This record gives sequence, C-alpha cells and structure tokens, in this order.
Amino acid sequence: MDRAETGRGTVEAIWRIESARLIAALARFTGDVGLAEDLAQDALVAALEQWPVTGVPPKPGGWLMTTAKNRAIDLFRRNGTHRRAVEALGRDTAAEPEYSFDDPVGDDELRLLFAACHPGLKREYRVALTLRCLAGLSTREIAGAFLVAESVVGQRISRAKKTLRHKGIRLDLPEAGDLRERLASVLEVIYLIFNEGYRATSGADWMRPELSNDALRLARRTAALMPEVAEAQGLQALLELTHARAPARHDRLGAPVLLPDQDRARWDRLLIRRGMDALHRAYRLGSAGPYALQAAIAGCHAMAPTAAATDWTRIAGLYDVLERVQPNPVVTLNRAMAHGHADGPFAGLAILAGLPDALDEYAQRHAVEGELLAMAGRHEDARAAYTRAAALTTNDAERVLFGQRSAGLV
Amino acid sequence: MRYLVVLEASQPDTPPPAELMAGIMQLGAEATQSGAMIDNAGLAPSADGAKVTLDGDAVTITDGPFAESKEMISYAIYDTRTKEEAVEWTRRFLALHAEHWPGWTGEARVLRVFGPADMPGA
Repeated sequence: MDRAETGRGTVEAIWRIESARLIAALARFTGDVGLAEDLAQDALVAALEQWPVTGVPPKPGGWLMTTAKNRAIDLFRRNGTHRRAVEALGRDTAAEPEYSFDDPVGDDELRLLFAACHPGLKREYRVALTLRCLAGLSTREIAGAFLVAESVVGQRISRAKKTLRHKGIRLDLPEAGDLRERLASVLEVIYLIFNEGYRATSGADWMRPELSNDALRLARRTAALMPEVAEAQGLQALLELTHARAPARHDRLGAPVLLPDQDRARWDRLLIRRGMDALHRAYRLGSAGPYALQAAIAGCHAMAPTAAATDWTRIAGLYDVLERVQPNPVVTLNRAMAHGHADGPFAGLAILAGLPDALDEYAQRHAVEGELLAMAGRHEDARAAYTRAAALTTNDAERVLFGQRSAGLV
Repeated sequence: MRYLVVLEASQPDTPPPAELMAGIMQLGAEATQSGAMIDNAGLAPSADGAKVTLDGDAVTITDGPFAESKEMISYAIYDTRTKEEAVEWTRRFLALHAEHWPGWTGEARVLRVFGPADMPGA
C-alpha cells in the first residue's frame, strides 16, 4: 500500500469517528442540517487534499470543525449575512479554541438523528441521510450497500436536504406530542437498514453483513443517546442477538442455513452477552414494546444450547403478546411456527388458516406452511408448499434452499 | 471488522495520573457511544496469573509474575469498518498517555479478529 492510499484510509477513519458530531454541531450553529452536511463534506475534501501531504493534525476533529466554520463564515460573508455568522460561530470558537463541540452528552447528535429520520422525509431519504450523517458512510458506500447507482444515492441525499430546508425542519428535539412518532421513525430507519443487510431483499447475496454492522453501530449509538427509552435498548438488544447468529446463517459455500440447522458453536458469544445486557436494560425500563419482545424471542434462541432444547412454549407466548402489540402477517407467520413447535403442527396450521388471502403471494407463508406440513407428516402437501415458496421468492439463495426442502421430501 | 487491541508496558512504579484516567474514561465513553468499542477491561499484574507451557509432552504450570519486562495492561475490542478506524482510536488512546504521563512508554497491538468471512472456503 503506498503512502497516499494509507492517507486516504486514515482520513476516512477520522471522518467516520467525527462526522456525526461535526455535522450536528454545524447544524446547530447554522440552523440548517443540509448546509451543515455540505460544510462538513467541504472540510472532508480539504482534509483529503492536505493531510496526505502535511500529516494528520494532532486534534483532527478540531481541525475539521475549524475548517468547516471558516467555510461557513466565507459563505455567510458572500451572502451578506456576515454579522450573523460571526455571532453564531464565534460564540463557541471563543469559549474553547482547541477542540470542543460543546456537547459532552451528545445532545446535538440526538437532534441530528431526529432531523435525519424526520417523518416528513421519504423513507429512502431518511435511510440515506442517516447512513451519511450519523454513520459517516460515503455516497459510494451507501450505493454499494443497497446495490443502486451512486448517482441515485447522491440524488436522495440532496433531495433530502432540500426537503429539510423547504419544510423548515431544523435541528430540534421533538415536542412531547411528536416524540412517539419521531422515536418510532428513528428506530424503524435503523431496523430497515439492518434488515436490508440481514436478509438481502434481492440479488445474489443472502446477507450483506457490513450493512447490518452499520445498523448495529447506529443502534448502539441510539441506545447510548436515549438511555431512558426502553425501545432504544430493545432495538439494540434485538440487533445484537440477531447479528450474533450471522456467522452460522450460511455454510462454507455461502448457502443459507436456517435457525434449527445452525451450528450454534459459530454464534457470536460476545454479541449474545451484549444483547442480553441490552435486553435487561429494556426490562428494567419496563418495556413490552415490539423490539424488546422480538429481542426476548431472539434471547430464547440464544440461550438454548441446542435447537431441540428451545423453549417454544415461552417463544409462542411472546409471539402472542407481540401480535397484540404489533399485529402484522409476518408476526402471525412466526407465531404459527412457534405454536407448531410448542403445541404441534396442527396448532400452527390453524393459525396460518386465519391469514388473509393477499398473503398467498408471499414466499415465506408457503415456506412456513411447508415446514408445518412436513412436521405433520403430510409430505406431498409440504412439497407443493415449498415449490410455491421457491417460485415466489426474489432472493436467489432462498430459492435454492426452498427447492432443496421440497426435493428432500420426496 | 473486529479488532483486539492489547496494551503492553512495563509495570509502572506510580499509579497513573488522575487526568489520564479521566481522559481514558472520556475516550472510552465516546468509542462506546459511537458503537465502535464493544468490550474492554484492564488486566491485573501477571503476579496474579500463571503460565501453562507445553514442551514436548510435558505440561508445566508456572505462577506469575512472568520474566518479561513488559506486561499486558489492558485490552479493548473494536467493531469498525476499517483497520484505520481501530488504529485511530488506539492512536488517540496512546496520545492521551503522551499528554498526561510524560516519560511513559508502551505499545498497543491492533490485531484483527478472524470472522466468518475468513473461514476456509468462504
């Protein structure tokens, strides 16, 4: 690796560590999230030009901040709003010139998170902006993670910033009345990002683990920013526990391995411990929210030494509660599977029978039905169900898996 | 990617300065809050430990302290996108020592922990 290459990696590493605080502080100074992101990007470009030559400054975060503030002052001067800029930016620069974002508890970052995940933005804009502003990902990295063109991501980010500006969405903490909706959006965005990595919805990959890792880091950050919010702890717990299974979710050739067949020795013990810690924090805060409930289910699997030792009765009970808290067909499918294990396949099939017809086009419905029918010994019907699941899925690896299940029942 | 950082240094004659410990706490909180640091702990002097050696077919157990001049002081586990990020957190950690504990020398090794992507055939 030559020196210029090393320099770029180092600059990007520092960017990843500093960008959220940098953008959050700049957004507070300028009152404009989009502008803050532009200023921070300008500072990054300056660092990429200068640091490989001059070396990394001793306080790189402070350097980026000063550079971005100077750009802001130049910009405001050109716009004839110089006085305002000096007032806004001078306040903090004077207090501690070296390196302080005046934000020891991450309050600005919390505001940034709420702004990036504002329900007034389209969902894909929220995702792109969160990965960019909070996780420090480049447009290229986001494009790679979602298998879309870089220009598409660039457009999403610039449109997101434009929307924030038009709607007058500034860096604010939501009013008590809006808090629930805003929190839900923050957690949902992180969950969406995780799921896109965990179960790639299309294409040849079964998983994109680096994207799930980005979401996991965001979930940890969010839980740290909102220590009193049970569902933030619940989401962290869910993602740690789910990601702990990632090493066992594919075999050595990359083919998917479903939960009952996974080699539990390959589960990540450190993530399981962290997940259980977060789950207990959620319990202490008194949550029976959807993320904590799903985490509790994941915890049951994590604690079972073998698939046969799984406490399906407890899991079925948790799904019963989850379905009441968050009724949706996917939960019902999982509930059917849990009751199939806890109370026999016919209990599961009875739950499936209550699903709406619209779900007939959903591959997972037929996969669950196939498994329950196989458990009931109705191999011919099970085979037909798996064949239908294979025909409906858009994930290549899943298609192979369902095909194998079907063939295995001959 | 996951990295194990092990700090090695001579056992100091005096306890670390309070400013250093405060700085380490602050940096650790930042790294934890960002989601990058997922585990860390200090290690007791090797006098509290033991060494188990295999030479040929003979297993020997020796109580600490070990003869090496340097001791392992602490470890941290980072979960980052790149090696450079784990190195940057570690650089900041050592820079705190330079700032608050003049004359202290030591080294931190940044080691990548193998994951599923490194399995043979993967």
